[in-house]
Amino acid sequence: MAEREQIKKSSPAEADEEIAATPASSETGEKLKSDLDELLDEIDDVLETNAEDFVKSYIQKGGE
Amino acid sequence: MAITKTLGIETEYGIVQRGGEESNPIAASSLLINAYLSAVDNEGHHTQARVGWDFEDESPANDARGLAPVGSLPPEVETHLVNAVLTNGARYYVDHAHPELSTPECIDARAIVRYDRAAEEIAIASMRAARSILPPEQELVVYKNNSDGKGNSYGCHENYLMDRATPFGRIVTHATAHFITRQIFTGAGKVGTEAMGLTGEDVPYQITQRADFFEEEVGLETTLKRPIINTRDEPHADAQKYRRLHVIVGDANLCEVATFLKVGTTAIVLAMIEDDFIDRDFVFDAPVQAMRAVSYDLSLAEVLPLVDGTAATALEVQWALLENARRYVDERGTEAIGGDVALDVMLRWESVLSALESDPAKLAGQVDWVTKMRVLEAYRDRHQLGWDDARLAAMDIQYHDLRPEKSLFARLGAERLVDEDEVRSAMADPPEDTRAYFRGECLKKFSSSIVAANWDSLVFDVGTDPLRRVPMMEPTRGTREHVGTLLEQSETPAQLLELLDQ
Repeated sequence: MAEREQIKKSSPAEADEEIAATPASSETGEKLKSDLDELLDEIDDVLETNAEDFVKSYIQKGGE
Repeated sequence: MAITKTLGIETEYGIVQRGGEESNPIAASSLLINAYLSAVDNEGHHTQARVGWDFEDESPANDARGLAPVGSLPPEVETHLVNAVLTNGARYYVDHAHPELSTPECIDARAIVRYDRAAEEIAIASMRAARSILPPEQELVVYKNNSDGKGNSYGCHENYLMDRATPFGRIVTHATAHFITRQIFTGAGKVGTEAMGLTGEDVPYQITQRADFFEEEVGLETTLKRPIINTRDEPHADAQKYRRLHVIVGDANLCEVATFLKVGTTAIVLAMIEDDFIDRDFVFDAPVQAMRAVSYDLSLAEVLPLVDGTAATALEVQWALLENARRYVDERGTEAIGGDVALDVMLRWESVLSALESDPAKLAGQVDWVTKMRVLEAYRDRHQLGWDDARLAAMDIQYHDLRPEKSLFARLGAERLVDEDEVRSAMADPPEDTRAYFRGECLKKFSSSIVAANWDSLVFDVGTDPLRRVPMMEPTRGTREHVGTLLEQSETPAQLLELLDQ
């Protein structure tokens, strides 16, 4: 569970819990990989629902 | 001896209005910034925010080479749009069709990271403030990227104070070599390409957001025919002594390590240029093509032809610059380049180059193009997607979404160099070791008497006399050490001006 807590950095409500639940440890390749798996589980929930429309509608004016 | 490298970053953010009718990005940007300024007012802080920007000394058409060539288009200064000065010394404004935030002047790369992060937090607070004003189904969303994937680009510019006496040709030679090759750690990554004549089949994923948009080697423009070396010559300081190198080639970074290295290494390279300390010229045969070749080559093995008949990879050039920097620091010290922070820059420079050479994947969380690519590759693997799948393009954009609940970057556990308290205080307090201190503290204390502000002056209205302009032509004066006591002693702006006159 600790690992799952750690990747959900965006939720302020969980910030305290996260510190308590995550022992200080150096990130190993294994851990990075399992973090990534957790993240991929999440991405489908977070990702804009219609990717194609979203990408099409993201239009900016040139700047600078 | 190289002069102290005063530094700053200006970031233009992408902006989208969601849930509304036809959206106008200029109106959306104004609303975003005004919502933030009102929210800060309402918190009861002394408000800085209504102090307008003073355009008296703005001259973006000045060209470092002397007269601008016929046909080049100087940028116009738009004075009618929202344009505010913050108590941290930053400028927050609408530029073209984007919200833009310029950090206050900083003295080292770590301070730049702190104020760049504070700028992100200001953008996040602005989105929140806008949400409280807009109808519930609408929101403004801010992206920290540099391209919409359709050929429209907006910049993240860096600024470095340089000695006017340094020959511009020497700057062009060595800065170009650095700008082309530093991309291997400054790139923020991009799915596909926006270069003319190329498609996503040619370039499925590339290292930078910006390389596609550079068409010239040297020039004044920033919005079309973009040059690798921009010659805008507007020092915002004593023009007899200084020039400001306005660097437009960089990507906006979310990884703090990338911002740290981007600015830290460049400050060192520019100091070495001033001291004529770089012992090898890396002049590329075709700089514009080299810029793209580096960005398109994920193997980092591309060999770039040099005019002297030899050739080098981006990594080789970076190693040579680092070697040169080591000798420079040994012989000349770090005074001009941020003190001990420069030593951290050198250590990180080395470790990042080593990792790029042996196993770039190790740099997830430090370098944006690697961080982004890692999650895109994993998602591709899991769902068996080709690079042309719209979900990958969507993830690319969403990596840069600054909403904490939507940002992909925020979920990737990137390494932090500054802690949250330092970032929070940097939203309101100026750096103490540049003139930004004087600007910011005056705004905190006397905002109702300041009628205008800009980089190199403050204009006071103390009621009785004509308006009083206080020039700040030396970026490293007006620090806490110089004026801290004086500001404490002054109870009124009139007293301050009197003490300054003495």
